[in-house]
Amino acid sequence: MTGSEDVSLADAPTIVELSPEDVLRARGEAIANAGMGRKADHLLEVRGLSTHFSTPDGVVQAVGDVSFDVGYGETLGLVGESGCGKSVTALSIARLVPDPPGKIVAGSITFDGIDLLKLSVEDMRKLRGKEIGFIFQDPLTSLNPTLTIGYQIGEAIKEHMGLPDKAAKDRIVELLSKVGIPRAKDRLKDYPFQFSGGMRQRVMIAIALSCDPKLILADEPTTALDVTIQAQILELIQKLSTEFGTAVLLITHDLGIAAGMCDRVNVMYAGRIVETGSVDELFEAPRMPYAWGLLDSLPRIDDVRGDRLRTIEGLPPLLIDPPVACRFNPRCAYTRDICRTEEPELTVRDSPGHLARCWATEPGGWIA
Amino acid sequence: MATNQQVVGRVGVQQQPSSGVWRDAFGRLRKNRLALVGLFGILFLAFIGIFGPMITPWPYYAQDTAAVTANGFKPIPPFVDPSHILGTDQLGQDMLSRLLDGARISLTVAIVVQFVVIGIGVPIGAIAGWYSGSRIDNGLMRFTDVMYAFPDLLLIILFSVAFRETAFGQALNGLLLVFVAIGLVSWVTVARLVRGQFLSLKETEFVEAAQAIGVSDRNIIMKHLLPNGISPIIVAITLGIPAAILAEAALAYIGVGVQPPRASWGSLIAAGQPFIRSYPHLTYLPGILIAVALISFTFLGDGLRDALDPKLKGKQ
Repeated sequence: MTGSEDVSLADAPTIVELSPEDVLRARGEAIANAGMGRKADHLLEVRGLSTHFSTPDGVVQAVGDVSFDVGYGETLGLVGESGCGKSVTALSIARLVPDPPGKIVAGSITFDGIDLLKLSVEDMRKLRGKEIGFIFQDPLTSLNPTLTIGYQIGEAIKEHMGLPDKAAKDRIVELLSKVGIPRAKDRLKDYPFQFSGGMRQRVMIAIALSCDPKLILADEPTTALDVTIQAQILELIQKLSTEFGTAVLLITHDLGIAAGMCDRVNVMYAGRIVETGSVDELFEAPRMPYAWGLLDSLPRIDDVRGDRLRTIEGLPPLLIDPPVACRFNPRCAYTRDICRTEEPELTVRDSPGHLARCWATEPGGWIA
Repeated sequence: MATNQQVVGRVGVQQQPSSGVWRDAFGRLRKNRLALVGLFGILFLAFIGIFGPMITPWPYYAQDTAAVTANGFKPIPPFVDPSHILGTDQLGQDMLSRLLDGARISLTVAIVVQFVVIGIGVPIGAIAGWYSGSRIDNGLMRFTDVMYAFPDLLLIILFSVAFRETAFGQALNGLLLVFVAIGLVSWVTVARLVRGQFLSLKETEFVEAAQAIGVSDRNIIMKHLLPNGISPIIVAITLGIPAAILAEAALAYIGVGVQPPRASWGSLIAAGQPFIRSYPHLTYLPGILIAVALISFTFLGDGLRDALDPKLKGKQ
């Protein structure tokens, strides 16, 4: 904890004083040397994370035994249908799961060598915003309507960096122009309602980046925006994360976005990770029927007009009472007896980084 | 979308001044005729309360014994004696001076009580709302319920009587006791209101977003929740003022509160009541002022409620 604080305190003033080019170069070097200061192999290591919600109808096992890593500077996608536990995973990492009713019941989350689940509430608060940024789905409601844009961007800076007012203001202006808001200086005193949806999401990105975090959790950052703006915002996230060397956990249900943005992708289903691999592996040779279904449900340009769009039969299961064994078995076209009695593990497929949770595609399975 | 056009339009064009929530609200308030009447009524009362006593020919306590003696120890009706335009009471005290001084007392009570109400109600409501569902919330709200269930006037009277003889009861000519007594029964509505506001506001995404960047609870409450929940609080406070004037008048009427020779509108009515048939001006003059004050504040409060309601934004 103290170590990481030293680093960012030393970083903070230089960012403000240096020209953007210098910052870029310094960042590049820092990324190149990233191995040196590292306390862990991965920036974020999630192991066996389970988050449950107690509801009047029973315990919802929103996230069950999820494990994955995010490398330094890497962009990891988390894709899946609505209600499969993507957002809860992100909220668990930031320890923002509303408690009650939610609770992280098992697992460990190691961020840059720190076990987040063992941190005190106060230490966790100091980490949020500073080391872990968060971009929410809906920029229209994620900004406080009664506070100015400048204040809201400066909030985290004031809370975590302790810069003098002048330097903080410079940094706010710099951030705002970085995210592509013209005449940033004049707009600090504006209120959110004076910004369009896309501009507000840019502001949210500026807020997420304001303290130069190591990781950004982007929870469907473009779902509430129209398509043209989506592309701009994604491009911006990609550009800035490269520039700042920030790792991104990108949550999306849009496979196109995942394919375009991510280095690696995790596919989630019913609170479980069912397949993980690099973008190429996953999109070229998915090894799990659910991933096939997802890819197959994308509309294609050569579809016959007027035909029904393809879907995955059935609905995602209620996580109060998830299916036994393989959670996808009720909807899977390839189900055999073993799928209903025993849950498969995430096991290696064609390359070491490509894992899937499926009996059928395991070596010796019934799908070659 | 209006916002989009505005943004586009502003790129090359002269910068407009930022229009804020308050500017919008005031614009809507200005279009509400009743609220304006109320506002001017309040300004008028405040003006006579502040400056009136400075310019009246008589101090509020002076007894014009000569005039009353000449009148046979009876009150002088209005418009009879040119040196007492609104007449005198049976002691020869000038009614105009006493009414103006009474305006001071009544308005001071009404406004100071609101500070007591804010001071107690907002923190209790805020804490209960922010930690809703916790034991703190439960404790505070049950206490609020008990206060709410208790008959207001009875509590005020008990409280006033119990402390009347102490130094606290004598402070500020008995006024401090009135402030606290009325404040102690009036904060419950505000506390419930604030808690309700917080309950809904704390579920909003901008609060989650603020938590996600590590803003402390204190700053979330002070900077994010309170400003968003302030409109109904302002309305409640504005509508609480006439209630406090009335409560003070009721207290003064039964002899609790400001002590003679000072008088509030309420105690003027009490003093004039024995003569209500023969010299009605002793009661109806302060009565009119109380009515004007109540109506003014109520009109303004209603107007503020409409003006600050974001759902009305863009209408009218």
